Amino acid sequence: MIEGLHPALLMLLGALLLSLLRGIWQKSASVLVPLMVLLRVAQMSPGSFGKIHFAGVDLVMFQADKLSLVFALVFAIMAVIGNIYAWHINDTGQRVSAFLYIGSAYGVVFAGDWFTLLVAWEVMAFASAYLIFASSSAAAVAAGFRYLMVHIVGGVLLFGGIVLHGMQTGSYLVGPLDYGQGGLAYNLILISFMLNAAVPPLSAWLTDAYPEATVTGAVFLSAFTTKTAVYVLIRNYPGAEVLIGFGVAMALYGVVFAVLENDCRRLLGYHIISQVGYMVAAVGIGSELALNGAASHAFAHILYKGLLFMGAGAVILMTGRRKLTELGGLYRTMPITVFLYMIGALAISAFPLFSGFVSKSMIISAAGGDGRATAMLLLTGASSGTFLHTGLKLPFYMFFGKDCGLRPPEPPLNMLLAMGIAALFCIGIGIFPQLLYALLPYPVDYHPYSGAHITESLGLLMFTLLAFVLFLKYLDPEKTISLDTDWVYRRGARVFMWIARHPVQIWEQMLITLGDGAGLRLMHRLSRISLRIDTQVVDTAVNGVALTAQRIGILLRNLQTGIVSHYAWAMIAGLIVLLGWPLLAAMGAP
Amino acid sequence: MIARLVNFFGEKRHSRRRWKLFLKLLVLIVIADFLVPRPHVDYFWQAIPGWAAIFGFISCAAIIFISKFIGHSGGIMRDEDYYD
Repeated sequence: MIEGLHPALLMLLGALLLSLLRGIWQKSASVLVPLMVLLRVAQMSPGSFGKIHFAGVDLVMFQADKLSLVFALVFAIMAVIGNIYAWHINDTGQRVSAFLYIGSAYGVVFAGDWFTLLVAWEVMAFASAYLIFASSSAAAVAAGFRYLMVHIVGGVLLFGGIVLHGMQTGSYLVGPLDYGQGGLAYNLILISFMLNAAVPPLSAWLTDAYPEATVTGAVFLSAFTTKTAVYVLIRNYPGAEVLIGFGVAMALYGVVFAVLENDCRRLLGYHIISQVGYMVAAVGIGSELALNGAASHAFAHILYKGLLFMGAGAVILMTGRRKLTELGGLYRTMPITVFLYMIGALAISAFPLFSGFVSKSMIISAAGGDGRATAMLLLTGASSGTFLHTGLKLPFYMFFGKDCGLRPPEPPLNMLLAMGIAALFCIGIGIFPQLLYALLPYPVDYHPYSGAHITESLGLLMFTLLAFVLFLKYLDPEKTISLDTDWVYRRGARVFMWIARHPVQIWEQMLITLGDGAGLRLMHRLSRISLRIDTQVVDTAVNGVALTAQRIGILLRNLQTGIVSHYAWAMIAGLIVLLGWPLLAAMGAP
Repeated sequence: MIARLVNFFGEKRHSRRRWKLFLKLLVLIVIADFLVPRPHVDYFWQAIPGWAAIFGFISCAAIIFISKFIGHSGGIMRDEDYYD
C-alpha cells in the first residue's frame, strides 16, 4: 500500500487539510505534511506503480528512478524549509496554492507518461500563479496574468507536441526523444520545456513575475518551476546539442542583465536564469558526468537560491523596500540575515566548502572533458559574474554601502530558522559532497577537492572581488528598469489594442454606416415585399386549406349518424366493393 | 560573534585592516597556485599558474563595462515608468 503512495497525493490531501484548518493547526500542518513527504521520499526505491490502461493508451502515473528521486528529495527539503519560512503568514490561499504547486511538481517528476506529465504541468502553472496574485498590488496582478498567459501558451505547445509524438511513435511513455531530431513534435516539446526553464528569449516571464510575488511565495517559485523543467530536459533531451549553446548564452544573459538591475529579487531572478543555464548546457553535453552535474547543481541550486530569496525577502518584509538604490546600511541591525544570506551567496559563487563548488565544477569539467573549450571558458567567466552580483553587488548595496537610514530589526524567528536550515545544507553539501553524489543518477567518479581546483576557484573569485572593489563606482545601481523580451507582449499588447481601436473599429463603423443608409433602405423595401407576399399569398393559401379541411370535417361528421344499421350497411357495401372489385377485375380480364 | 564578523565588513574603521587582509589573501592564493601540483591538464592555459586569477579579474571587468555599455547604448535601461 505504502509503496504506491504518491508524494503528490500526500501534498494534495495536505492542501485539503490546510483549507479546513486555521491558526496554529494550519501552521503546524503546513510543516508536518512536507516532513511526512520528506520521510516518504527518503525511503522510496526505484520502481513503477499506478499503471493504468485508459482510452487505449498505457499511462504510468507514478514511476521512480534515481533521477526522479534526487529531485523529489530536494523538493521535499525545500517544501519543509519554505513552509517554515512562511510560518508567520495568515493566508490560507497562499499555503494551499504552495502545496498544490509542490504536489504538481511531484506529479511531473514521477510521471511515467506524457499525459500525466501534462496535467501536472498545467496545475503547476495555475497553482504557482496564485503566489504572484497574492501580492494583490496592481503590478503583481498584471505580472501574474502575463505569467499565466505565457505558461498557458507553453502548455498548449507541450500538448501539441505530445499528441504528435504519440501519433508518430504510438507510445505516450516519457523517455529520451532521440528519434528524428528536429521533427515538429520534438521541437514543440523542447520549446515548452525551454520556456519553463527560462531559456532566453523565453525567459522574461520569470524576471517579470517573481519579483512581484509575495515574500514567501517567491521562495517557492525560485525552487520548483525551472528545476522541474531541468528534470524533464534531463529525462527527455539528454545530449540534445542545441541546448549547449542555449545554456551558455543563458548563463551569460543572466549575468549581463543582473549588472543593470536595481530590484533585488529581479537581480536574483536573472541569476536563476544564469544558473539554470549551466544545467541546460550540461543536458546538452549529455555525458554521464554532465547529467550528474545537472542534477547535482539543481539540487544545490534549489537550496542556495531559496536561501538568497529568503534573505532578500526578509529585507523586503522588514523595510518595505526592494530597490537597491533605496537600501543600504542594514548590516547594523540585521547581522544574522546578512550572515545567512552570505552563506547562500558563497554557495552560488562556488567557493570551496560550499555547495556550488562541488556541483557547478562537475558541469564545467564535463564541458572540458567533452572538448568544448569555449563553453568551458564562458561558463567559468559567468561564474565570476555570479559572485560579482549575488555575492558582492547585491549584499553591498542592500546591507552595506551608503546608509539608507533605516534600522529594521531582524525578521521573525521562523524566517531565520528556515534560512539557517538552508545554510546548513549549503555548507553540508560543500563539506560532504559524497552524500549528494551517492544520490545522483549515474555512478560518480569525481573529486572536487583537488589542489589546483581549489586555488583556481579562489583565484577566480578573489580577483573578481578585486575588480569589484576597483570598479565599484561604475557598478552603482541606477533607477531604471531593463527591457527584456517581455517587451514583445507588453508593448505588443498595445499594438494589438491599437489595431482593435483603429483599423478594426473603422471597419466596423463603416459597416454600421453602410447598414444604416443604403443597407437599411434596402432591408425596408425587402421586408415590405415579403409582408405583401405573406398576407396576400401565404395567408390566402393557408386560409384556403383550413377552410377546405373544415368543410370536409362537417361532411364527415354528417356521415356519422350513430345508427348501427347505417354502419352495418356501410360495412356490407364496403365488403362488396372489396371482394367484388377483384372478382369484376378477374371477370373483365380476357 | 556573527555581529562582530558582519561589523568587521561593514564598519569604516576596519577598512585598513580589511584591505591588508584582502591583499595578503590575494598574494597567498597566487603563491599557492604556483605551488599546487597539476597532474591532469586538458588545456594549455590550465597549466599557467595564476591564469584563473587573471581570468577572473578580466571577466569581472568585462561583465561590468560591457553590460553597462549595452544597457546604456543599447536602449535596454529605461525609466521606471516605461510600461505605465
